[in-house]
Amino acid sequence: MGGRPTADDLQSPPPNLPHRGGGARLSWLGPGSWALYALGLSPGVWTFYLGLNDQLGADPLKVLERTLGLWALRFLVIGLAVTPLRKIGGPNLIRYRRTFGLLAFFYALFHVVVYVVLDQGLDVSAIVADIVKRPYITIGMVAFLILVPLAVTSNATMIRRLGGHAWQRLHRWVYLAAAAGALHFIMLLKTVTFEAAFYAAAVALLLAFRLVGRRPFNPLRR
Amino acid sequence: ATALEARKGPFSTDEPQTRRADVLSYNNFYEFGSGKDDPAANAASLTTAPWSVEIGGLVAKPATYALEDLLKPATLEERIYRLRCVEGWSMVIPWIGFPLADLISRVEPLGSAKYVTFETLVRPDEMPGQRGLFQPLDWPYREGLRLDEAKHPLTILAVGMYGETLPNQNGAPLRLVVPWKYGFKSIKSIVRIAFVEAQPKTTWEEMASHEYGFYSNVNPEVDHPRWSQATERRIGEGSGLLAKRRPTLMFNGYGDEVAGLYAGMDLRANY
Repeated sequence: MGGRPTADDLQSPPPNLPHRGGGARLSWLGPGSWALYALGLSPGVWTFYLGLNDQLGADPLKVLERTLGLWALRFLVIGLAVTPLRKIGGPNLIRYRRTFGLLAFFYALFHVVVYVVLDQGLDVSAIVADIVKRPYITIGMVAFLILVPLAVTSNATMIRRLGGHAWQRLHRWVYLAAAAGALHFIMLLKTVTFEAAFYAAAVALLLAFRLVGRRPFNPLRR
Repeated sequence: ATALEARKGPFSTDEPQTRRADVLSYNNFYEFGSGKDDPAANAASLTTAPWSVEIGGLVAKPATYALEDLLKPATLEERIYRLRCVEGWSMVIPWIGFPLADLISRVEPLGSAKYVTFETLVRPDEMPGQRGLFQPLDWPYREGLRLDEAKHPLTILAVGMYGETLPNQNGAPLRLVVPWKYGFKSIKSIVRIAFVEAQPKTTWEEMASHEYGFYSNVNPEVDHPRWSQATERRIGEGSGLLAKRRPTLMFNGYGDEVAGLYAGMDLRANY
C-alpha cells in the first residue's frame, strides 16, 4: 500500500468520470446500472418475499441472514474480478464495477440490519457483547464498516472532492473488506464447507493478482 | 415410515411440538452433507433393513443384535423432549423409544465399565457426505456418555417420532436421545455400542476440543467460543422471520432430573 499509483493501477476511479462543469452529470447510477441493480437485488428481494410467505424452511431467519451475507460476498468477489478479467483479455466491465461494489454494500447493510433487528431483536447488550466477544462477528462488522465510507464516496462528486489519488488509496480498503468477509464466512461454520473454501480461495486469488502486478518492493525507495 | 405403537412415557413436556415437516427438513447429519437440507435430500438412499448393532467392550454378554431382536424385549414409549442444538436453535420432538438403561442391564456391563461409546454407520455408497475429497469429519461419527448418564431414565434409544418409525435423516433406524445435552450428542444411525473404562474421544471433541467438550451439557452460562449460548430460537415459533429468541435453560430445562449427576463438578471446565 502507499506506493505511487501507476498507469495500470488496479483500483483506478471509474474511467467515465465527467469533467468538472461538463454537461452529463454522473450520479452513482451510471448508464446501464439500473438494470444491474434490479437484477442484483432480486435474489435478496425474492428471499425476503419467500420468508414473509413462510417458504424458507424451518429457520427462515437464518436463511435470509445467510443469503444476504453470501450475496454481499459474491458482489465483492465480482467487483474484485473486474480488473483481472480485463487484464487476462476478458470483457471490460469497469463501468459496472461501482454497481457491483454498491450491491455488495447494500447486501452487507441488509445482512447487518437483519442480524440486528430480526435475529437479535434490537437487544443492544447482546449485540455489543457479540461484536466484542465473537471474533467472527467482530471481523464481519469490520468488513461492513469498511464498506460504509467506500459506498459514501462512490459518487462522482466525492471522487472529485477527494481527488483521484486519495480516492484510490481509500478504495484499496475493499481488499481488506473482502478478506474479512471471506474469513467471517469460514469462521461462522462448524466445519469448513466447500462453499466457504471456494469464496476464500476466490478472494485470495484475486488479491494475489494485485500483488503480482506490483513493482518489486524496494526498501531504499520511498 | 410406518406407524408405531407406543404408550405415553414420563418426562414429556406439554410445550407445543415442532412441526413434523420442520423436524424432517432441518437436520445436522453430516454423513449426508453439511447443509441443513442435505440430509432430507440425500438420506432416502440409506438402507436401514437389515440393520444390526454390535455391543461389546466391558460387558458380560457381548453380542451383535439384529435390530428386531434388540427391540423385542423393549416397551416403546413416547417421550416429548426439547432438543437444543449447539448452534442456537431448538425444537420440541415427540420421540418414540425405550430407556437405554434397559439395554444396558441386558448386556451386563462389568464393574470396570465407566463409559459407553457409540458409533454411526460408515457406508460411503449410501452416505454422500462420506464420499469425495471434501469430508468435514473423521468417520465413523463417535459419541460417548458416562455410564451414569447413559443409565439415566431420561436417556433413550429412539426408533421413531410423531407416531412413526424414524425418517432416515433423523437417524433411522436407531438413535440416541439425551435431552439435556446439545443435539450432536444424540448420535444417529447407531451400529456399535461399547463399554469402556476411560473417557472416550468424541468426534466433535477431536474436531475442535476447545469448542466441543465431552459433556456438552446445555448451559446458558458457558458460551461456545464463537457464539453465545444464552438464548435460542425455537424453530417454528412466532411467525417465520419475526421469531423471537428465548432464554436457554440450564440443562435444557432438565436440571431437576440431572443436576445431581454433576454435583461438585466445574461445568465451565467440563463443558
